[in-house]
Amino acid sequence: MANSAIEMPAGLTRSRSERSAWQKLCSSRNWLGFWYMLPAAGILILFLAYPLFLGVWLSFTDTKIGRAGEFIGLENYEWLGGDSVFWMSVFNTLLYTVVASVAKFAIGLYLALLLNKHLPFKALIRALVLIPFIVPTVLSAIAFWWIYDSQFSIISWSLRQLGWIDHNINFLGDPWNARWSTIFANVWRGVPFIAITLLAGLQTVSPSLYEAATLDGATNWQRFRHITYPLLTPIIAVVMTFSVLFTFTDFQLIWALTRGGPVNATHLMATLSYQRAIIAGQLGEGAAISTAMIPFLLAAIGIAWYGLQTRKWQQGGSND
Amino acid sequence: MTSIDAGHRAATQDHSEGMAYLETVPSRIVTTYIPLFLILIVLLFPFYWMALTAVKPDDQLIDMDRVSPFWTWTPTFKHIHKLLFESDYPRWLWNTMFIASCATFISLVASVLAAYAIVRLRFKGAQTVGALIFLAYLVPPSILFIPLATVIYKVGLFDTPLALILVYPTILIPFSTWLLMGYFKTIPFELEECALIDGANRWQILTKIILPLAVPGLISAFIFSFTLCWNEFIYALTFLSSTQNKTVPVAIVNEFVDGDIYRWGSLMAGALAGSLPLVILYAFFVEHYVSAMTGAVKE
Repeated sequence: MANSAIEMPAGLTRSRSERSAWQKLCSSRNWLGFWYMLPAAGILILFLAYPLFLGVWLSFTDTKIGRAGEFIGLENYEWLGGDSVFWMSVFNTLLYTVVASVAKFAIGLYLALLLNKHLPFKALIRALVLIPFIVPTVLSAIAFWWIYDSQFSIISWSLRQLGWIDHNINFLGDPWNARWSTIFANVWRGVPFIAITLLAGLQTVSPSLYEAATLDGATNWQRFRHITYPLLTPIIAVVMTFSVLFTFTDFQLIWALTRGGPVNATHLMATLSYQRAIIAGQLGEGAAISTAMIPFLLAAIGIAWYGLQTRKWQQGGSND
Repeated sequence: MTSIDAGHRAATQDHSEGMAYLETVPSRIVTTYIPLFLILIVLLFPFYWMALTAVKPDDQLIDMDRVSPFWTWTPTFKHIHKLLFESDYPRWLWNTMFIASCATFISLVASVLAAYAIVRLRFKGAQTVGALIFLAYLVPPSILFIPLATVIYKVGLFDTPLALILVYPTILIPFSTWLLMGYFKTIPFELEECALIDGANRWQILTKIILPLAVPGLISAFIFSFTLCWNEFIYALTFLSSTQNKTVPVAIVNEFVDGDIYRWGSLMAGALAGSLPLVILYAFFVEHYVSAMTGAVKE
């Protein structure tokens, strides 16, 4: 009796604490949050965060396809430092990113302003504008490949008919022609995204602001400069960050159009890393090229973030 | 969510009038219609050219002097026939669709759970997790494919569709989670509180109250994710090697390109057939697509 009297409460508390532990797992905010986050976090950690660090590690090894590598310190980077093809790819990537982003921004903003006007068939036009963004890049790049063909290019043919040139333009066979041609294709593909997202931003600007400014005698340019542009800045910063990141790391357009040729003249860092890592099998060296892209990406994100913060501070609020 | 769509539409209609009456018709033609028309021509010409080349007879493709290259009076279905019946194209199309559907499904399930947890469960550190997921969106595939290739090889998934089905969600989950977080935030707390008082648990609230209300957001996330999968190239190029397993973008670039001077017809037919399913899907859900694109940026 005495024993059981002592045992009973102990048993009760144990079962109660067991139940509460189980209930905790099911209903406590933090545990529930953990279970709900598990699938997403699992995939992202396994296939995104881990490879990101693995990539940096690989760049310090001499791993080749089919052979585990050993730690060799900065040797890959030293090798790349003296490699003119690598520096050419850095130059190309910067040129490609800067020129294409500036052009995409200018044309995209212009197109957004045009689409924001009172137009017939506005919905249809907006839908048509987005088509280049829907169609897979590689497939439209192949259409451009045919348009840029050295013998049967429709552009060369049209210009010849007009009498502006007397022989076909070698769009993809000459280094500088190839660079401008790929940049053009990239701008063509990127403009719709920028135009449509900026248009969404423009539509949130209240028309009464423009009406008030017009009454005060503001010109078109002044209305743009002092109403549209300041109100649009946050969206511009986000959109352009995305645009710069995706242009900087572009792979498929170049691969489909030139594969880095002629004579490595259009290699971007991404295509060069593919060439070295997968085709030539030098995984370590390819990983070093990819890792070399990271500082540029961080700089782009940093500038955008800084821009946004300054903007917020100027507007004098912590509004999101 | 329909109320939001309706509100958005009302806002756009409001704006479309604006001060348009201040401009005269000739100045509108010069400053608006002509530039818009030119831009549209440039944006759409490659597709016209793609479609035209796909149905042009071979001899007209390389002879531009006898007949105008901008039109053909004798369309042929030879290239499309060759594509569908003499190549593995249907198989590639099926691969692409299968991989895109599975990856999108996995990502949507994971994103719904994650977005709900971040926005509504507000567990400890939810804010940080949200920010980390946004950062994951900024990590481009171009710096991940080399280490991922070694991971895929080690776990024995090399050259299987499963490799892509597992890897694509890394691109899709950050985007969809971010988009759905925005949608979930607009659903009133009171609905959830009522359900909690009536004795519903979190899982019931999510499936019976939140999800039905977030259907437009789910459609947006689905369409956009599906398009991203279809468009993906570098992972598919790296992780798949046998002709049978390839997806459309990779197969077109690698299998159709040979020295044949007459290859252009079937190449363009392949590009056209690979784009059409997406364009048709897009045509039905333009609004959802646009809201997905702009929603993810606006947040």
